[in-house]
Amino acid sequence: MASGLTIIVDYGLCNTDSMLRALEECGAARVERTRDPHGVAKADRIVLPGVGTFFAGMRNIREWGLLDEIKARSERGTPILGACLGMQLMASTGSEGSCNGPVEGLGLICGEVVRLAPQNADERIPHVGWNEVTANGGRLFDGFPEKPDFYFVHSYHVCLDRSSEEAGRGDYCGGFTAAIQADDKPIFGVQFHPEKSQKNGFRLLKNFLSI
Amino acid sequence: MLKTRIIPTLLFKGVGLVKGVAFDSWRRVGAALQSVRVYNMREVDELIFLDISATPSGARPDFREIDELADNCFMPMTVGGGVRTIEDIRGLLAVGADKVAVNTAAVETPELVRQGADEFGAQCIVVSIDVRRGIDGKSEVVTHCGRKATGLEPVQWAKQIETLGAGEILLTSVERDGSMSGYDVDLVRDVSAAVDIPVIASGGCGNYEHMADVLGCTRVSALAAASIFHFTEQTPREAKRYLAERGFRVRL
Repeated sequence: MASGLTIIVDYGLCNTDSMLRALEECGAARVERTRDPHGVAKADRIVLPGVGTFFAGMRNIREWGLLDEIKARSERGTPILGACLGMQLMASTGSEGSCNGPVEGLGLICGEVVRLAPQNADERIPHVGWNEVTANGGRLFDGFPEKPDFYFVHSYHVCLDRSSEEAGRGDYCGGFTAAIQADDKPIFGVQFHPEKSQKNGFRLLKNFLSI
Repeated sequence: MLKTRIIPTLLFKGVGLVKGVAFDSWRRVGAALQSVRVYNMREVDELIFLDISATPSGARPDFREIDELADNCFMPMTVGGGVRTIEDIRGLLAVGADKVAVNTAAVETPELVRQGADEFGAQCIVVSIDVRRGIDGKSEVVTHCGRKATGLEPVQWAKQIETLGAGEILLTSVERDGSMSGYDVDLVRDVSAAVDIPVIASGGCGNYEHMADVLGCTRVSALAAASIFHFTEQTPREAKRYLAERGFRVRL
């Protein structure tokens, strides 16, 4: 059992049920979801789940006053895991869903969210389905076999400023960052959906809960 | 490498699951929750859940039913049936659907596809296209669970909804549905060649060879099937073993 309170930030677009149930199945002692900054403030661990566009996600996070609290928690060293859009929101900027160019993200990780660029006619966008991740070490992938499969569904990806923060790489559209581990803080992100990736996804969530 | 997905389709009508032939002659095939649990245990790639009675009866999606199923579903689930508004899409995503399928509403109000993609991202908007082939061999898009002709040509419609922002197409041949006589390879080839979003082929799968046939000569990204899993001993896992032996990329 992982002790402490795990908070799922519900920014109004996402499938928080699946993430909640998956974390419970993975042994999280207490999991709550919240849209309230005070809820975020008491977190021992934070999960940012993901469905939606970058623009809509950041709009809600700003309007609901969640931005400052998430940043404050990260400064204090609270472990944070972003999944899919949740990982993208951690970056500096993104433009999905915006009519007026890039908008600012949470800025927990230095990088830009850009659209996947197919290298051939067989690479369709969105990138949907099960694909392999090549892990570059990192705590999320402790105990994993080589090249585990995870479920992806996305059209955008994070372009990191510092390649040292890439924890896993996906093989599509010339390669993209499939997982992140920040150099100096317990900040993690995965482009896939661990809560929908069965055994591999659950193992990864357990690794996060043990941090 | 990205894997070809094998996706069981569950059709919900009233209180339980059904399976028909050519969108008719429905037979009861069990309870939804139990099926989801079994597929969960078998770790299938993905599930499609369609409420086929919602649109014809004018009902909204059954959010409580989906909520219960999603709580037991640790694999990606596409949910459709009765989706008419942006709030329906929001509601389904909120109770645990990963992708939402729109069919009739996409034809009646194409703007819904654009709105859904803008708000939730193209990746969770699946447009379901049901196609009926006339006696002259010409195919046409139908809605309202196959009951209403639209005059739309499938390839043109597929391109149009791609432009609107759809993230995926679920392409079903009404005649082949439940026939177990093989996918409509020509239809799947034409539509999957015309668009750059993933296409899921549906309707007609009766054995593993049918899967290999359609994968071998189209650009399809995933295969949906129902009767083969309801009425025979064949399973998604065995299907993938068969396909892997023939050089197709699947997740084992």
